[in-house]
Parts: sequence; C-alpha cells; structure tokens
Amino acid sequence: MKRLLLIGLLVCSWLAGPAYAEDLLMFRSKQTFPEAMLALQGSIVEHGYIVSRVQRVDIGLTKSGYKTDKYRIVFFGKPSEVNAIKFAEPELIPYLPLKIAIFAEGQETMLVAANPVQYASFVRNTNIADILKRWENDLRSIFNDVQ
Amino acid sequence: MRGYVSKGLWRVLLALSTGLMLSVAVAAPDGEALYDQNCASCHGYDGQGGVGIPLALPAFLKSVPDEYLFKTIRYGREGRVMPPFKYLSDAQIEAIVKYVRGFATVPAAAVTLSSVRGDEKNGARLYTKYCASCHGANGEGGKGTGVTFSRPRDLPVIAPALNNKGFLAAASDSMIKMTLMNGREGTPMQSFLKLGLSETDINDIVTHVRHFERSEISSISINNDKEQAVLVQDSPYDLETTVNNVKAAAVAANYRIILTQPFDKGLAKEGKESQKEVVIYFCNFGLLNSVLALDPRVGIFLPCRVTVVEREGKVKVMSINPRHMSALYNNTELDKACDEMTAIYKNILEEATL
Repeated sequence: MKRLLLIGLLVCSWLAGPAYAEDLLMFRSKQTFPEAMLALQGSIVEHGYIVSRVQRVDIGLTKSGYKTDKYRIVFFGKPSEVNAIKFAEPELIPYLPLKIAIFAEGQETMLVAANPVQYASFVRNTNIADILKRWENDLRSIFNDVQ
Repeated sequence: MRGYVSKGLWRVLLALSTGLMLSVAVAAPDGEALYDQNCASCHGYDGQGGVGIPLALPAFLKSVPDEYLFKTIRYGREGRVMPPFKYLSDAQIEAIVKYVRGFATVPAAAVTLSSVRGDEKNGARLYTKYCASCHGANGEGGKGTGVTFSRPRDLPVIAPALNNKGFLAAASDSMIKMTLMNGREGTPMQSFLKLGLSETDINDIVTHVRHFERSEISSISINNDKEQAVLVQDSPYDLETTVNNVKAAAVAANYRIILTQPFDKGLAKEGKESQKEVVIYFCNFGLLNSVLALDPRVGIFLPCRVTVVEREGKVKVMSINPRHMSALYNNTELDKACDEMTAIYKNILEEATL
C-alpha cells in the first residue's frame, strides 16, 4: 500500500516537472513607474504588511550629480513576524524587514527582491522557515498584482 | 476491504498518472507564456531589452541559428547576468526559441557546425587591432548589463564576452565567421569584409576566438557557497557608543550618513519602537552609481546599512555580506565590486568595535 502510494507520488511529481527555487525574484510591469509604485504599495498593504520606509535612491543620486531613472526601495513587514524573527534568529536582522527594489526601464518598471526562502539555510526554527515560505508566496502575489 | 482500498487507490493513481501523461503529450509548451515567465523581466515583453540585451534586433536574429539561441538559454553565460535555465525541458526551450524568432520576420541563419581553421597568431594580431576595443583584450566583453543604467539605448547591444564558456559552447565557428563577414546592422559590429579583411583573415580571427576555450580566462568559476551571509562583530561598548563609532567609521571610509533610526521604525507604533536595535544607513553615491551600472538590480542590498543590536547587555554590530549577496546575480564584475564592499564593511565593523 505504502509502496503504491510512493510510486504514485513519484510519478505525479515527475510529471509536474522539477522544483525550482529562484534566489532572485524579478518581475517586469508594463505599467509606468508611478503607476507601478502605487500598485506595489497598495498590494503590500492588501497583503497585510506595513510599508515602513521608501528609500528614494534616485533623489540621492541626482543630488550628488549622477544621472539616473526613477529608483526606489520599499521596506515592509508584519510587526509580529519581524519581531518573532529578530529574537529567534538574530542573524537574519540585517536582511529585515523585507525589501523590494523598484526602478523604471523606459515606460516599464522592474521589481526585484531576494527570495526570503534562501535565508532558510541558516534558520533552525521551523516556524521561522514557514514564515519565510509565506513571504515568498506573498512576494510573488504582490508582483503579480503589480504586473 | 484492504484489497479493495488498494485496488481503488491504484486505479485513481493510474488514472491520474495517465491523464497527466496524456496532457503532457498533447499540450505543446506555450512559448509566449514561457518567455514571459522566464525571459521578459530582463529582455522585455517585446524583446527590446533592459537588464538583458535586446533580442528583437533583425540583424541579431538573422545572424544566429536556432541552435545558438537554444544553447544560450540552456547554458547561460557564466558570470554575465544571463543564467543557465537548467530546469526547462528541451521542448520548453524550443518553444521559447520559436517565440523569440517571432520578434522579427527574418529567416534564421543557416550555418554549419564545421570548424574553421586559421592562423591563430595572425588572428590574435587582427583581433587586437579590430575587436579588442569592444570585446576586450582577452575577449572579456563590454561592461555592465543590457541597455539600462549602464548602457544608453542608442547603443543597442553590449559587446558579448567571447571568452565566455557559454558563448563558446553556443556559437559554432561558422556562426562567428558569418558574423565577422556580414556584421550586424544596427549595432557597432561591422562587416569585416567591408573593412578590407579577406576570408582567410577572418578564419584566423575565428581561430583566435576559439582558442579562448583553452585559456584560463574562460574557466573562471564562481563559488560563493562558503561565504557567510552575515558579517558580525561583538562590541565592547554600549549601544549608543557603538552606533556613534559605526557612523564615525563609515564617514572615515568616505561614506555619507543618510539616516539613523530604530530597526522597527515604521513597523512599531510611534514612540513604541525598540531601543535595542538601531540601523545606520550610509552611502557613497559615487560607488553606488558605479555598482548600479554593473547591475541595476542591486537595490535589494544597497545603499549600505549596519545594524547595532543589544541583547542582555551585550552589543553586536552586523550587516549583510555583499559578497554573499552577489552570488544571486551571476555577474563577475559585480563579484569584484562586492569583494571590495565586503572588505570595507569588515573594516567599518572592526573600527567601530576596536
């Protein structure tokens, strides 16, 4: 019985194709930068996160005399989850809260984030690993909203 | 009962497997969907380029055979932003190639797999004279990524790295020869026949380009597995003193302090932020600008920040390790810049905790 189940699962998983975890999550939105930025922040909030800061990299570059297109970094998180991680796994603090780099490419907009699941390699607590997996799913969902 | 359940389960599994097999066999891979999913973020939905090079150039599409596109997707370009797509099946890659072909109504190049033999010494001389200014003295290619921060849009392609293992595996001698003979209209790559070179000279250059396969340069390997993800130093000082030390060390390293704030600022209610974790944001805009030119996607770990954490009276200073992060980008130039940044970060952490 167990053997049958195992064979069946193996067949199904083979047919479903290999699992693939991207370390860098990237999406291109057909929206212009201001529209994509608005959609991004709206989707982050809809997913239950708080936008804690928007770093305007382009402003700093321009003020320093460098030519750049629009470039921002959006920091966000759920306070309860960030708190849980900062005490359970303090070495993850430099990677928190979550960040999305958003920049214009002509009339389109690029969104880039590190896949939180890659941090699971230095996490001992399974609850934290679950949070990281959920963050990955939420990031993909947020990107799809902006797309 | 047991036998009944087993038979029932077996039938379900068999039906499921057969159904899936049939659906896989019947449904051809959707090239457009696969392109959108795997390629569009860098090359653009219409192949006009971005972080990745433009694919929709007619001159490019008519000078490369399907095999070149297939192998480029399969092997990528080690250390050159383009990753290898190992997880795609042959049928899926073929579907993407077919979709990319649709960007321009030009026939694919008909090239043979036959090798070209020439005088490598003369090829090296001609390469230095005609090719090195764009492709680098050792075939290392142009700087930066596609046509974004690092590349004005009036220069439609970046000169490929000819010493790259992925390029040399994807491009046949005939394809390289044809590109040299015809050039690529709309790019800086000119026809070498029109420049006055003979077919024999061109064979010599192809032979020189092929020799990069045997050179050490083409076998650069990136191994960041051993890189620690976080840089940490224990501080003998209290949190406030350590924060001030980090700021002084960053300024001494030619960085500008952007912001100092509690770690949970914006997440916790105002006035309720923890005073046990403080983040110092700092930036050298010249360095940031040059790193953005190498890869515009580095915003997920730049500008710089260091976090000072106090736990039970003990203070630690920590930051991400740029070298560890650079492993996400498949970009050798970025690796070098991140090596330097890691050294600077370590110095700042050490200075702050001396």
